[in-house]
Amino acid sequence: MLNCKQATELMSQEQDRSLVFKERLGLRFHLAMCGGCRNFHRQMAFLHEACARYPDAGTEENNERKAL
Amino acid sequence: MSLSSAPGVSSIADQLDGFRADLLRFAVLQLRDRAAAEDAVQEAMLAALEAAPRFDNRSQLKTWVFSILKHKIVDLIRRRSRAPLLERGVDESPGGIFDTLFDEQGHWQKDERPADWGDPVKTLENARFWVVFEACLNHLPENTARVFMMREFLGFDTGEICQEMAITPTNCWVVLHRARMGLRLCLEETWFDMGEKPSC
Repeated sequence: MLNCKQATELMSQEQDRSLVFKERLGLRFHLAMCGGCRNFHRQMAFLHEACARYPDAGTEENNERKAL
Repeated sequence: MSLSSAPGVSSIADQLDGFRADLLRFAVLQLRDRAAAEDAVQEAMLAALEAAPRFDNRSQLKTWVFSILKHKIVDLIRRRSRAPLLERGVDESPGGIFDTLFDEQGHWQKDERPADWGDPVKTLENARFWVVFEACLNHLPENTARVFMMREFLGFDTGEICQEMAITPTNCWVVLHRARMGLRLCLEETWFDMGEKPSC
């Protein structure tokens, strides 16, 4: 059985490599039971999305502040 | 070369110049070579200037010049990765830096359980969020930030990152995991401070 610490490692790694079947299964099972890790999973997706958009909205605000 | 020969071009050059510090910081972090970074930024700004009449707002222009710079940096890193560089190493933060978030069984401590961050679309549209996001990025240890940005901003796969940083794939995944842990913790504490913790 995975604990939360191991689950977070897998949730990070699934962004960088394909998890093997056993890892996917273990993670799915853990997520079904753990609200904290489900939130963490959504947070990882959010970080990825934010990086993909950077610096679209990113430093615009900073530049406006600098210009003041 | 005269930047003010066509109407509107000088103001675009001014706008580009306003992005220079951000572009340079990113380029220096990735290239580790001030002169090469300044050249890359200069070239990206000139290329953006040539394309600039097609852009009607600052945000588009910034995205454009940043994407030109990203491509230049990727090229430079790919070209030089044949020659091994000295002074590598990414282990700036001790291995157990996030261990205190978990109990002895490796489950989240009650107060450390990740919170629900709500509607991501709304957050990403909030200009103030991006100021916090950038501050949290800058808060990461330098080499950790570099590996993370190679992956997430420049789109390198871990194999290429291993080669450039002279680290093993396992080490690379560890560094990326630490970067994400650090970034999410920073965002949770400084942006998404919402009290309610889920049960686990």
